[in-house]
Amino acid sequence: MEVFAALYIFLLAAFTGYEVIARVPVILHTPLMSGSNFVHGVVLVGAMVALGEARTPFEQAVGFVAVLLGAANAVGGYVVTERMLAMFQSKSQSAQRKTQSRKG
Amino acid sequence: MTEKLLINTSYLVVAVLFILGLRAMSSPVTARRGIGWAGIGMVLATLVTFLWPGMRNYALMCLALALGGGLAWWSGASVKMTEMPQMVALYNGMGGGAAAAIAAIELGRGLAHDAVSTALAALGAVIGTVSFSGSLVAFAKLQGIIRRTFRLPGQNAVNAVLALLTLLAGTGMASAEHASTAKIVTFFALAAVLGAIVTLPVGGADMPVVISLFNAFTGLAVGFEGYVLNNPALIIAGIVVGAAGTLLTQLMARAMNRKLIHILFKPITGEARAGAGVTGTMKEVAALDAASMLRYARKVIIVPGYGMAVGQAQHKVMEMFELLEEAGVEVKFAIHPVAGRMPGHMNVLLAEAGVPYDKIFDIEEINEEFDQTDVALVIGANDVVNPAARTDKSSPIYGMPILNADRAHLVIVIKRGQGAGYSGIENALFYAENTRMLYGSAQQVVSEVIKHIKAMAG
Repeated sequence: MEVFAALYIFLLAAFTGYEVIARVPVILHTPLMSGSNFVHGVVLVGAMVALGEARTPFEQAVGFVAVLLGAANAVGGYVVTERMLAMFQSKSQSAQRKTQSRKG
Repeated sequence: MTEKLLINTSYLVVAVLFILGLRAMSSPVTARRGIGWAGIGMVLATLVTFLWPGMRNYALMCLALALGGGLAWWSGASVKMTEMPQMVALYNGMGGGAAAAIAAIELGRGLAHDAVSTALAALGAVIGTVSFSGSLVAFAKLQGIIRRTFRLPGQNAVNAVLALLTLLAGTGMASAEHASTAKIVTFFALAAVLGAIVTLPVGGADMPVVISLFNAFTGLAVGFEGYVLNNPALIIAGIVVGAAGTLLTQLMARAMNRKLIHILFKPITGEARAGAGVTGTMKEVAALDAASMLRYARKVIIVPGYGMAVGQAQHKVMEMFELLEEAGVEVKFAIHPVAGRMPGHMNVLLAEAGVPYDKIFDIEEINEEFDQTDVALVIGANDVVNPAARTDKSSPIYGMPILNADRAHLVIVIKRGQGAGYSGIENALFYAENTRMLYGSAQQVVSEVIKHIKAMAG
């Protein structure tokens, strides 16, 4: 990729990342940390290509490890973020759950 | 040719989904949608990459995907909510390791790359490896596998020397025509040690900030490797997360009123028990008396902390809250930004138990109200209500804003035992004249209090 095109992308991506976080309430700090952790799990895709183009045994072994780790980042990151965000139900939903549990 | 077109178009869609997803996650109303969109993006990116032209080793690929994905799914789904912070650290470390592994392959190929690619590959390798080993140490500490905080004499000097060595090794490796395996291994080994050594002295209370920093690091590493691999999805996702993570780290540090530099280079260790000698005695109270104090108060503010999380007492607390409200007591919850193990920890637990949003207040909203409060009920919280932070210059938590629980007419503290809290500091609040201690695990104690409150009905 051409260096200056990449620089523009870096720059814009950095500003985007900054802006996305700028007005976050404290209550969402941890879920967002988990969510952004999940997003960088896309490294999995790079690892897949690295393994896919591997020729020597060294490259295959390291590539295998890379895909394994990348998959763990992506899947694990998704599961824990989803669990944390499941707590953010609307009031009507939590009221529904309460009346249901009182009946049961 | 068309595969490339499909892949590139898809990556574009993936980038949009990731950005919109992250933005949605910054508001409580849309947060759940956000992770959904990002999830779709990840699936799309993975599926479309199978079409990348000229690949082989598909069997290995699928095996690694299944193994890594399967183990991560199982661990992520089965851990307790209180273990979430260290799981985030663990998965983040793996991301860093993946970026570093990609760098290892690319660097091993040597002169196939131009100067910029090589430099970024090496940079990504260092950052990724430091994040990998550092995150693993963070996981081990929060999980309790490593208990003591290690601080070497001249720690900062050691860190600096190690960083310099890593830099030299990296330059040596990158400038060689075809870097030998030995050079590459040395480089990675040094970086790994650096990551571990820098993280070992960090105390548990500061750890979430460090995890957030490593999250940003991994994002950066992914972005750099994305450039090397010519993969726009990696570049964008990586840099967005790198920038977002950096700001998030600063916000977290500010909430604790600790500068990031201090956290890394002047950490609070367990030995820092400084502080003027705390005078007075701790006065105990029985659950029955505590129950009547609560039941006949006009206004109660509950301050939850890690002890409530560990005791999984949030449902009992909700029950007690409802009983008190029915009896005509005004009850509010006060959440300190660093109560628990991570920002938002207490909010998540209370939300899980069904506590209504409008009864939960943060420190700015509620701190003035403690003066007019009859009872402040502190459940498993410690440092966040320690008055030493206001007055004692020698205390490690000096300057941290605290909840004014000590200004209530009466303070009841539910605590597992007589030990010192997370930072290992004595809490002056416990020795105050208007404080009563109620020992026991949060769930047990609150259950007893509930029993007594019910007996007073009518």
